[in-house]
Amino acid sequence: MKLDLVCPAGNLPSLKAAVDGGANAVYIGFRDDTNARHFAGLNFNRERARQGIEYAHARGCQVFLALNTYPQPATWPRWQGAVDQGAELGVDALIGADIGVLDYASRQWPHLRLHLSVQASATSAEAIRFYYEHFGIRRAVLPRVLSMTQIRRVIQDSPVAIEVFGYGSLCVMVEGRCLLSSYVTGQSPNSFGACSPAVFVRWKQTPGALESRLNGVLIDRYGDGENAGYPTLCKGRFKVRGEIGYAIEEPVSLNTLELLPELAAMGVAAVKIEGRQRSPAYVRRVTRIWRAALDALARDPHGFKAREEWMDVLKSLSEGAQTTYGAYHRPWL
Amino acid sequence: MSATPATKLSLGPVLYYWPRQTLLDFYADLADTPVDIIYLGETVCAKRRSLKPADWLALGRELQAAGKEVVLSSLALIEAGSEIGILRRLCENGEFAVEANDMAAVQMLEQHATGFVAGASLNIYNHHTLQLLAAGGMFRWVMPVELSQQAFQDICAEKPARVQSEVFAFGRLPLAWSARCFTARARQLPKDNCRQCCLEDPAGLMLSTRDGQDFLVLNGIQTQSARTFNLLNREPGAAIDILRISAQRTHMQTIIRHFDAWRRGSMDACTVAAELTGTMPGGTCDGYWRGQAGMLE
Repeated sequence: MKLDLVCPAGNLPSLKAAVDGGANAVYIGFRDDTNARHFAGLNFNRERARQGIEYAHARGCQVFLALNTYPQPATWPRWQGAVDQGAELGVDALIGADIGVLDYASRQWPHLRLHLSVQASATSAEAIRFYYEHFGIRRAVLPRVLSMTQIRRVIQDSPVAIEVFGYGSLCVMVEGRCLLSSYVTGQSPNSFGACSPAVFVRWKQTPGALESRLNGVLIDRYGDGENAGYPTLCKGRFKVRGEIGYAIEEPVSLNTLELLPELAAMGVAAVKIEGRQRSPAYVRRVTRIWRAALDALARDPHGFKAREEWMDVLKSLSEGAQTTYGAYHRPWL
Repeated sequence: MSATPATKLSLGPVLYYWPRQTLLDFYADLADTPVDIIYLGETVCAKRRSLKPADWLALGRELQAAGKEVVLSSLALIEAGSEIGILRRLCENGEFAVEANDMAAVQMLEQHATGFVAGASLNIYNHHTLQLLAAGGMFRWVMPVELSQQAFQDICAEKPARVQSEVFAFGRLPLAWSARCFTARARQLPKDNCRQCCLEDPAGLMLSTRDGQDFLVLNGIQTQSARTFNLLNREPGAAIDILRISAQRTHMQTIIRHFDAWRRGSMDACTVAAELTGTMPGGTCDGYWRGQAGMLE
């Protein structure tokens, strides 16, 4: 079975990099809180989206639109407008999470293909079936919390195709079910489209240490010679039972490249690369490696081996220069 | 003031892992309290089995006989195939309504004659979502804890009248769920051999910042706020059908009595807040309700 490569595009240069690098599909968002990478300077206005879709379609690449945050009554019109705009622009699929948004899209644009976002937190075939029966979704993206065995079971029972995360920043919490960011800042992925927003980050050099704070809360403290990372609040060092350490998660990226033969054999339809917030150069390098790996897998499914140079580059591009299989392998838990 | 004697009080499910006798004693003590609705069952981790499904049903019958409305709460994160089986049996218990905490439960409960309660983790952020679930048999929704009074009122303005509104009103806020067990991680134990170490933390495990601020509470795969949310830090300013008090090991009777006094109009929110200060060791917060960072007071 052919595995599709779905790559991130935070702007037009990244989109072109992903298309040129061999993505089967790119995913984009509009320049507002209707998607889960609502960062300053990122994303597409209508004209840029039109150009991106034209560029991708001319080269046989699909474009998915992420509309995967949760509107509240006062802001609902923005999501409704974004659905309409995506459909009018001719995106190949809309990636949604909110039941109201999916309902609106399925009624208003019955021919528009719908994917269930990871932000919908659907971890079982039964949950996926709800969205399939109500809105006719055609694909579901699984949260990064399931093991290989669990993914296999979901695929066996799921009424729709399954997409999994292959590479990129790792949420240790179930996506769509994490409010840590709004607890500290008032803004969460669900409500605002961002986690640990940069506007709340403060760095302070104190004698002997560099401190990172998020809205006043100390996330980490770095001594001389320690590499300081972005203060995503679940990746800070905290004190539990008298010990200071990464109590929730280390700064690390997910990399499942070595698991590709297994994922393909169990019937995964697509692998997703995280990182709409990353640079075009990053998107280009990661897309090319994954394209090469997927082509190698297609040529020789049984003899596939992750090449060392691929793994080295992916590791070097990772958060904290570390990679993990995440929940795909039990020891990580 | 928005208190009326018609406002109901509910007790949320016990989110921590307590031994069997502790649970039985806890609920026996609640039978005569003025709490109207009691949510029962394990919602955090399927490995916590101090009460079996049949024990929960028996407990439910006792509390029902004591005049309480009983609802069975479902697991919030479904991972293993065995958990689907547990969920299906819960949904088909035939006696009590179920609080769905995951969409898999909604899928099983839609069109059940008993209807269902939509738990706070279902992400009902707008009236369109609420209306669709109501059409499928939802008779009560619990608002996601990060939503504000404004969002609550906007959603309620478009809500079918028969759907009751419930708001998390007191307790440590459930903020996140993970595949990883943080309680086991803190003891360097793998999740698959956790030795049920969360039994040692009947109120969860405190996580503090490096400058000594109590920040979060680890409860197995769930992460909670260290501060106790108290809707009655000031008058809530909205009519809410049901106020949910989260189950905790200590001060339960005192907390329920104060909420009862408030709804009957014999105590204002300010007095309730002052008198309950001692029940909130990590401090208090109510930022979410006011549309701000959740940790703020």
